[in-house]
Amino acid sequence: MIYLVAALAIWLALWALNTKLANGRKADTRAVSLAIPLIFGATLLIIWELIVRGLNVPLVILPPPSVIAQTFASETAILWADFVQTFIKGALTGYALGCAAAFLTAILVDRYALLKAGLLPVGNFMAALPIVGTAPILVMWFGFDWHSKAAVVVVMVFFPMLINTVAGLSETTAMQRDLMRTYGASYTQTLAKLRLPVAMPFIFNGLKISTTLALVGAIVAEFFGSPTLGMGFRISTSVGQLALDMVWAEIVVAALAGSAFYGIIAAIEKGVTFWHPSQRT
Amino acid sequence: MAAPPSPVISANALDLTFQTGDGPVQALKDVALEIDKGDFVSFIGPSGCGKTTFLRCIAGLEQPTGGTLSVNGMTPDAARRARAYGYVFQAAGLYPWRTIAKNITLPLEIMGYTKSDQAARVERVLELVELSGFGGKYPWQLSGGMQQRASIARALAFDADILLMDEPFGALDEIVRDHLNEQLLALWARTEKTICFVTHSIPEAVYLSTKIVVMSPRPGRISDVIESPLPKDRPLDIRDSAEFIDIAHRVRDGLRAGHGDDV
Amino acid sequence: MRKLAPILMVIAALLALWYAAVPVMNIKETVTQLERGGAQVVPSSAQERRDAGHFGLVAKNSFAIPATYAQERPRLPAPHQVAAELWDSTIAKKITSKRSLVYHGWITLSATLMGFAIGAGLGILLAVGIVHSKVMDKSVMPWAIVSQTIPIIALAPMIVVVLYSIGLQGLFPKAVISAYLSFFPVVVGMVKGLRSPERAQLDLLKTYNASASQGFWKLRLPASMPYLFASLKIAIAAAMVGAIVGELPVQGGGLGNRMLTGSYYGQTIQIWSALFAAAILAASLVALISAIQRGTLKRMGLA
Repeated sequence: MIYLVAALAIWLALWALNTKLANGRKADTRAVSLAIPLIFGATLLIIWELIVRGLNVPLVILPPPSVIAQTFASETAILWADFVQTFIKGALTGYALGCAAAFLTAILVDRYALLKAGLLPVGNFMAALPIVGTAPILVMWFGFDWHSKAAVVVVMVFFPMLINTVAGLSETTAMQRDLMRTYGASYTQTLAKLRLPVAMPFIFNGLKISTTLALVGAIVAEFFGSPTLGMGFRISTSVGQLALDMVWAEIVVAALAGSAFYGIIAAIEKGVTFWHPSQRT
Repeated sequence: MAAPPSPVISANALDLTFQTGDGPVQALKDVALEIDKGDFVSFIGPSGCGKTTFLRCIAGLEQPTGGTLSVNGMTPDAARRARAYGYVFQAAGLYPWRTIAKNITLPLEIMGYTKSDQAARVERVLELVELSGFGGKYPWQLSGGMQQRASIARALAFDADILLMDEPFGALDEIVRDHLNEQLLALWARTEKTICFVTHSIPEAVYLSTKIVVMSPRPGRISDVIESPLPKDRPLDIRDSAEFIDIAHRVRDGLRAGHGDDV
Repeated sequence: MRKLAPILMVIAALLALWYAAVPVMNIKETVTQLERGGAQVVPSSAQERRDAGHFGLVAKNSFAIPATYAQERPRLPAPHQVAAELWDSTIAKKITSKRSLVYHGWITLSATLMGFAIGAGLGILLAVGIVHSKVMDKSVMPWAIVSQTIPIIALAPMIVVVLYSIGLQGLFPKAVISAYLSFFPVVVGMVKGLRSPERAQLDLLKTYNASASQGFWKLRLPASMPYLFASLKIAIAAAMVGAIVGELPVQGGGLGNRMLTGSYYGQTIQIWSALFAAAILAASLVALISAIQRGTLKRMGLA
C-alpha cells in the first residue's frame, strides 16, 4: 500500500514540477526543453517500479525496471552478440544494399518517363503493403542466418527510399532547369550540380524512414527462423521461457540501436543539407 | 571605310504560337528587330506582350514557330551551346548549398575552365558587382539586392558578349533598384557588352537604354522602337531633364496605343 | 487510360520476370523428382547436381521446364499457382472452413480494425491534449517522436503471451499491438495538423475574441484534416503489420498464422497466397481511407 501511495505522491510532485518548468520563463531554453521529457520519463520508470512492487506483480507479467537493468548489466555478452547478429550483420547490410539499389533505380526511373509513369504508382502501392510478410519466403530462400534477414530488410527499405528519391529528383524549379540550359549543361552535369543537391532533403527523409524499417525487418524475420542468436530469436525464445526481464533487456537494446541509428543519419543530414530552410537555425 | 558591322541579334518575321488547353495563343507575331554590338536594348510592355518570350527565344529556351532569328550569326540553339550569352532571371536563383563564390563558379565548372582560371574570374566579377569579400557567404545570408548582384556576376563570369536580363530588378525596392541601375550602366560602359533588358518600368527603360522596344499584347508584337538620344554617361539626375521626360512620354504613348481600346 | 498503360506494362514485365525465374528457382528439386520417376537427367549424379549452377541445369534439362511450374512445394510458385490457390481458398471454400483465406483474413482484419480504432482514437485525444497543454507538449511529445525511430513491434510476442497469462486471448492481444503501432503516427501527424494554421489565421480569431474551443472547432480541427488522413493511412498499414506479427505466436488462425504454419511445413503456395491476401487487404484498407479522405476534403472544399 505504501508503495502505491508513494507512486501517487511522486507522480503528483514531478508533474507539478514539470508544469512549473513548462510554463516558466526559461521553458524554451535548450536545457529545460531537454529536462522536461527526461523528468517525465524518469517519473514513469519510478511509478512502474513502485506499482510492480506494491501490487506484487509477478515477474512473468511485468518485471520492474530495476530487474531489467540488472539483467541488462549481467547479460551484456549475450546482448552484444545478438546486437551484432541482428543489427550489424542483418539490418545494416540490408539497409546499405536496399538504399543503394533504390537510389540507383530512382535515377534510372527518373531518366525514362515511361518507367516513371509505370513504376512509381507500383512503388507507392508496395510501400503501403505488409512487406514484412515476405520474411518466411526469404528465410526459405536464403537460409536461417543473417543473409535472409538482410534480404527482408532490402525489400522493406527499397520502396520508401525509391519513392522519396524520385520525388526529390523532380523538385527542381523551371528557372533552375532553364539556368542549366543556358549554360548548355549536359544531363550528368545537371544531375550532379543541380538535381542531386536539391533532392538531398528527400533522400535523407527516405534514409531516416528506412532506419526504423531495417530494424523491424531484421527482428521480425528472426521470428520465422534463425540460428540460436539474434535479437528477434532471443525475444521469441525468452518469451517462451517466460524470462521477461531478458525480453525487456533486448527491447532496450532495440530502442537504443534504433534511436542511435536514426540520430546518426539525422546528424549526417544536418551536415549535408545545412542550407535547407528546415535546417537553418 | 569598312562595311557596317552585321547585327549581333537579328529577328525577321518571327512568330511563336503556344498550343494551350484553350486553343492556340499567339505569343509573338511578325517580330522584326536588329540589335547591334554594344547596344543596351530595353523591352517594355504590359504582361502578355511577349517581351519575356522574345528574350527566351533569343536564348534558345523557346522554339519560334515561324520566321528567322540569328544570334552572333548562328541559330539561337547553336549560340546557346557556344555559350554566347549570360542570362539573368527575375529571381536570383542562387543555389543555397553553394557559397556566393561557388555559385559564380558553377557555369565555369560546367564549361570546363581550369581551377586557377575559375578563381581569378570569380575574383574579377565579384569586384565588378561590388561584392568583393562576400564570396564565402551563403546566398541566404545576403540581402535580396546583393543576391541579384551575385546572379549578375554569375552571368558575367564566362565572358559572353551578350547579357540577357529578364526583369532582374523587378522584385527589389525602388532605392535598391536605382542603385543597381547605376551600377549596371557603369558595368556596361566598362565591359561594352550587348544587353537585352526586359522591364515594365518606364523610367528604368529610359534611364538604361540606347534603344527602347515598346511591345503590345494579343498578339505579342513590337509597336514602336525608340532610339534614345541621351548621352552614354548618365547620372541619376538625368531623369529630371526635359529630354528624358520627352522620351518617357513617347514610350507611354506607345504603350497606350498598343493597348488599343481595352484600357 | 493513358495513365494506366505504363502501369500495366510494368506489372506485365514483373509477371514475365516472375515466370522466367520459376524454372531457375525450382530446377533442382524438379530434376531430382523426375529422376526418381525414371527420367534421364543431366548430370545424373546427385552429387554433381548439388554443385551445378541453376542456369546450367535449366539449359541441360530443358524438358523439365514445364514440370517446374507444377511443383507441389516449389521454392518459387508460379503466379498461376498462387492465383489458383487464392481462388480455391477464398471463393471455392466455405468461409467457415479453417482452410479458407476469408476466414483467416477476417480474423486478421477484425484485429486490425479494432486496434486501429483504439490507437487512432487515443492518438487524436492525446494530440488534442498536447496542443492545448504546454506541459503535455513538453513532456510527452519528444517521446512520441522518439518512438517513431525504434522498432516497438519487438514488444509484440511478449504482449500476446503476457495477456494470455492473465486470461486475455483471441482478438484483444492482437488489437493491443495494432493499437500501439497505429497510435504514435496519429499523435505526431495530428499534432502537426492542429498546429498547421498560420499566425494570421489565429490572429484573426483573436480579433473576434474567440474562445479556445471555438478556435479548435472552427480552425484547428478543419485545418488538421489533411494531416490526419495522411497519418491514418500510415497507421492502418502499421496496424495490419501489428496484427500479422501478433498472430505468429498463437494458434488462433489469421494470415500471420497461415504464413508461419506454411513456413513450418514448406507449404510455399500457402505462404504466397496468405501474403497476397494480406497485400490485397492492406491495399483495400488504405484505398478505403483515401476514398473517405477525398470525400471529406471535397466537402470541406480543400480538394
